[in-house]
Parts: sequence; structure tokens; C-alpha cells
Amino acid sequence: MAIAGHAEPLPSSLTLGARVHSWVVSVDHKRLGMMYVGFGLLFFLVAGLEAAAMRAQLARAGSQLIDPTTFNQLFTMHGTTMVFLVGMPILLGMANYLVPLMIGARDMAFPRLNAFGLWLFIFGALLLYYSYIGAQGLYGTSAAPDVGWFAYAPLTSRTYSPGNSTDYWILGIMVSGFGSITTAINLIATILVMRCPGMTLLRMPLFPWMMLVTSVLVLIAVPVLTGAQAMLLLDRSFGAHFFDTEQGGSAVLWQHLFWFFGHPEVYILVLPAFGFLNEIVPVFSRKVVFGYSLMVAATVAIGFISLGVWAHHMFALGLSPEMNSFFAASTFLIAVPTGIKIFTWLGTMIGGRIEFATPMLFATGFLAMFTFGGLTGIMLAVVPFDWQLSDSYFVVAHFHYVLFGGTVFGIFGAIFYWFPKATGRMLSERLGRWFFWILFLGFNLTFLPMHVSGILGMPRRIYTFQPDRGLDLWNLLSTAGVALQAAALLLFLWNVVHSLLRGKPAGNNPWNAWTLEWATSSPPPDWNFDRIPTVGSARPLWDVANPHDPDPSPEAHG
Amino acid sequence: MTQLVAPLPQVWRPDRAKVGIVCLIVVESCIFLTFVVAYLFFIGKSSNGPQPADVLDLPPVIINSVALLSSSWTVVLAVRSLERAKHGAFLGWLLCTVLLGGFFVAGTAREWSALMTEDRLFISTNLFGTTFYSLVGLHLLHVVVGLVLLSGILLLGIGGRVRQSHVNAVDMVSWYWHFVDAVWVVVFMTVYVIGR
Repeated sequence: MAIAGHAEPLPSSLTLGARVHSWVVSVDHKRLGMMYVGFGLLFFLVAGLEAAAMRAQLARAGSQLIDPTTFNQLFTMHGTTMVFLVGMPILLGMANYLVPLMIGARDMAFPRLNAFGLWLFIFGALLLYYSYIGAQGLYGTSAAPDVGWFAYAPLTSRTYSPGNSTDYWILGIMVSGFGSITTAINLIATILVMRCPGMTLLRMPLFPWMMLVTSVLVLIAVPVLTGAQAMLLLDRSFGAHFFDTEQGGSAVLWQHLFWFFGHPEVYILVLPAFGFLNEIVPVFSRKVVFGYSLMVAATVAIGFISLGVWAHHMFALGLSPEMNSFFAASTFLIAVPTGIKIFTWLGTMIGGRIEFATPMLFATGFLAMFTFGGLTGIMLAVVPFDWQLSDSYFVVAHFHYVLFGGTVFGIFGAIFYWFPKATGRMLSERLGRWFFWILFLGFNLTFLPMHVSGILGMPRRIYTFQPDRGLDLWNLLSTAGVALQAAALLLFLWNVVHSLLRGKPAGNNPWNAWTLEWATSSPPPDWNFDRIPTVGSARPLWDVANPHDPDPSPEAHG
Repeated sequence: MTQLVAPLPQVWRPDRAKVGIVCLIVVESCIFLTFVVAYLFFIGKSSNGPQPADVLDLPPVIINSVALLSSSWTVVLAVRSLERAKHGAFLGWLLCTVLLGGFFVAGTAREWSALMTEDRLFISTNLFGTTFYSLVGLHLLHVVVGLVLLSGILLLGIGGRVRQSHVNAVDMVSWYWHFVDAVWVVVFMTVYVIGR
């Protein structure tokens, strides 16, 4: 078809240096997107190794494998890496790759700003990890940040955090935060300005919609973290007193500012994954998405409410009863639009001809695991319940169900779904199914027992636990799950390498999907589309395949 | 297949530079809001050292503010002149803008120098010093960035490199400059009215 492009293979005469150079200087949204995802997966392995080391230490009571200082660094770096160097770059990278293709554009609105954002992210990440080499720690040796990913005051003051490790944490996150902000600006401009003719906002696929709301949240939330980090830097380097209680400063202010960023951040991490589901579930149910406008409305509602729930991270602090009640209520409220989404996906699946290919396996896995994590989230919104279990392994289990069972499952579903588009080759379905089931089992084996150890009173972030408290079995199970997850990830890596070399050629539209990225070749040419397409509904490729039964556009539905 | 469906009328799309600059302004507003909230939170919490009412001198700041806010007007005149291809007027009004902005920076420098030498107020002295220098300093940083941009355009304009077709780019810098001026109203109210 005329809008399809034809990728020209790189001339084989190019040397390795020239190839690397062409990636480094690239401003193509597809290459930048793939670099984001590649670096994100690299850091995913690093963070996974950090987690595995912690679980090895916690396999049995009183273990001496890892000393407390190293353990503090491990959980700090694991959390920081997963949020800022895995979740953000992979999701923003996928958006970078997909949004222009889905809306029928040739690139992002600001291609050079896009490249700038990627390199800010990479250098921010390097700065954070350079702390292992460059930051003088408590004992005069090299040291990584060890203040936890939310870096509460006064632990971050010069007194309790000598050396430079906390400064590396501040600057690394600040730099990669600027990168996220530039990418968010770029996505908003791209979505508002670059949509192809005929693509009204309500004919846009739902993934760009999710990214629009996500990007607005990035614009509002990330600068607050940047501001708070600037204050912390002033405290540490110039003797300011923002968080210094001796001089009248406030450690509580840091918590408010951090969580004003921190809670929207979890929606920044999960809304794009919702977007992946919105593309995958209809295609593998062979049905149009149920409740398109409801889904958009629920997303916007989540965006708004997520800005007003932050203090539910601070119930144990002793805020006033009025404050606690308000934030408990707003937290219950945000469960409503989230629940609407779950039912919208179920409504899409009901009566559909469901095909459980690997992307759909991950999508349904997401539905189950995210709902489970959402329910424990509602439990934690009950203030007295939270007082009992705050900072216990129950909380660790909760947020791993939403961020691993949710976001990471969504990411793997998306990788299986769009890998054929990006590389021109299919990932192996057989290996993919094995990968899903082993990961699913390993994930649940690791995190389900943490609910129990949490309820039994095991605090998070402590490097060991005492025997004979009933914790031994649950911790051993959690550690055993890590082995399964590691095996699953090795299988995934093998699948990627093997499929890149010998995978089945994908063709333009291997899943019989309906959105514009499947109209061009796999991989798409540098210019995406030979002709800018014109669309008449939310499913342009359905209209092409069924010219006598075109999709009614959502506006017509009202 | 030449087209997916019958052609539709080309719908209106906003200008990408305007969308970008509005997003940037949202980001900057959130950063400023963070520091304003901290300032309001810490009013009256300084246990020692100079207090705002003792050391903040209003008249010079008001003159400064008038200069900065007027520069919003001159930059509008500069953009309008460029729109109408009146290059002399464009350069003249742009120069006025840069001078007014420079006057503001110099005024702040005088104020800070007096605070540091006479009143011994530093960022580490007390919470007032901490919040005052960081909030006013954050704004000053934005003024300086704006001045660098405006001076760059001025130099390019004197070299004859700014044409009528560049009016949108110059206009976007002027939007940023308006934002810097508008934020000053908030900073002024916070520091010199509410905080005093």
C-alpha cells in the first residue's frame, strides 16, 4: 500500500565505528527510542542483580553474606535504578518509538531536543553509578548512595551522610529528570501538533492518550523533585537550612515535596503500561476497545486525582486527623477510575475471540497482578491498617505487585508486541510462553510470601532478621522465587538474541492490528511513511481491510 | 490504495513552538511554586539573625520592579516592530529591554551586597537567609538566562541576521520573558509583602 515505506538496509561497507557514530548522532525518534529501551533493559539487569544480592542475604536468619552498609547501598540503588533508570527510560523510550508512528507523523516535534533528552538520561545514569567509584563514603572508601530511594531528611544531611554519595544521588537524578522533562514536552507537542489529517484527538489510539496524560504529570511532578533536590544541595553544599531542624528547618517539608513528586510518579510509571494494554487487549480479543471515551476520561481523572494523594505515604508521620482523613479519602477515590479501567479491559475481552499469544499473556497477567496490588493499596489507604504495616514487607509486596506485576509485565507484553515492528523479526512464541510462565511463577513466589512476612512484622530495609520469629520460611520462599525470575530473564535474553539473528520475518502487520504503526514496513524507514496517511476512524487499518464496514469514529458514538 | 478513506478537511493544529514554550512555562512554574511554598512555610521561623522587616528596604526594590515589568512592554514593542519589518525600532526596543533587565540585575546586586556587608545576612545565617537567597536567586537566574537570550538576538540583529521570518522565534523568547516578569510579581508579593 502506498503509505508503507521500504527500509533500506545499511550499506554493508559501513565500518563498526561508522555504525556506532550513526547511532550517537541520530535524531531519529525510532533509534532514540530503541536506545532508551536498550539502556533501560541494561539497568534492569543491574537492578535485578542488586535485588538478587539482597535476597541472597535474606535467605536465612542472621546471614553474614552482606554487611549492613552494603545492604543500605543495595536497596537505595535498586529502588533509584528501577524508578529512574528502568521505568522512566523504557516507558518514555517506547513512547518515543511508537507515538509518531501511531499518529502518522514522520518524527517527534523537536528531534534534536529528543536526542538531548536521551543523552541527559544516559549521563545522569552514569553520574549516579559513578558514585561507586568517585564518592568518598563514611570509611574513606568509595560508596554508593545509602539513604533510600526517597532520601528522607535528616539522613541526607552532612552530619549523617558525609562524603559525596548523596550529592551523586541528587545530581544524577536531577540530570536524568531534566531529560524526562524534555521528553515529556516533546511528546505533548508531538501529540498536539503532529497528528496526521483526520486524526482528531478522539480518533487517536489510546496509547498516545495515556502518554499525553503521563507527560502532563511529568511536567508537574518532576520539577517539584528537582526543586526539592536543589534545596537539599543548598543545604549540603552551602549551609542552607531547609531540612535542618536545629535551625528551624523541616524534615517534614522534604517528605511533602518528595511525595508530591513520588505519588504522581507511580502513575507516570503505570499509565504508559495501561496504554500498552489498550493496544494489546483489543487486538488479541479481535474486538474494538470497549468504552474508548470512558478510558480517556478515567485516565484524565487519574491524572488529576494523583496530584492530591501524596500524604498517604506519610500516615505514620503523625499528621493531623483531618489531613489523614483527606488523603485516605482521595486515595480511595483514585481507585474508582482505576477500577473503571480494569472493567473496560474485561469488557473488551468478554465475547472476544481471545488469542493467548505472549503479548496477551502478559496483558492478562498484568490485569490479575495489578488488580491484586491495587487491592492491597486500598488496604494501605486505611489509616490504622497503614500504621500497623507501614515500612514493613507488606508495603514492599504491595508496590512490587503494581510496579513489577503491573508496569514490568506491561513492558514485556509491549516488547513482544512491538519487537516485530522495530526489528522486522518475530520473537519466538514458544520461548515467550515459557518466559511468561516462569516469570509469573517466580514473581509470585518472591512477592506473595512478603505479604505474610510483613504482617508478621518484618521491617523493610533491615539487612537481617532474627530466627524463630516465623519469618524463615517466607524469606526462603522469596529468595527461591528470585532464582526462577533470573532463569526467566536469561530465557528472554536468549530469545532476543536468537530472534534477532534467526527469527521469523515479521511482515508489516503480523498481529492483524489496526493502528498506523502497522501500516508501514517492519522496521519502518527513517521517514516512517512514504505518504502521510489520512484516517477516518480510530482503527484505520480495519477500514482498509473492511472498506464496506468502516469503523464508526468514537465521536459518532458520543 | 492511495488513501485510507475519503479526504478530510485539514484540521487546525497549534504551533509547535508555542506548545513547547507553554510546557516549559508549566515546568518552571512548578519549580518556582516549590520554592514559594518553602518560603511561606518558613516565614517567621528564624530563631536568630536579621529578620525581614529589619533589613528589607522597599523603595529600591519597587524601582527595580517597575524597571523589570516595563521591560515586558518594551519586548512586546520589539516583537511588533519586527513583525512590521521595522528593523531600527526592533533593535531599539530590544536594547531597551536588555537595559531594563540589566538595571534589575544591578539593583539586585546592590541589594544583596548591602544585605551581606551591612546586615551580615547569608544563606547559612538563618531560615530567612536560606529561603530569601534561594527564591530571589532562582528568579535572578531566570532573568540572567532571559538576558543572555535577548542579548543574543540583539547581537544577531545588529549583525543583520534577524529577519521578519524569525518573528515566531523572537516571540517565543518574549513569552519566556513575560513569564519571568509575571513570576517576579509572585516573588515580590511573597518576599516583600507577605514575608515582611
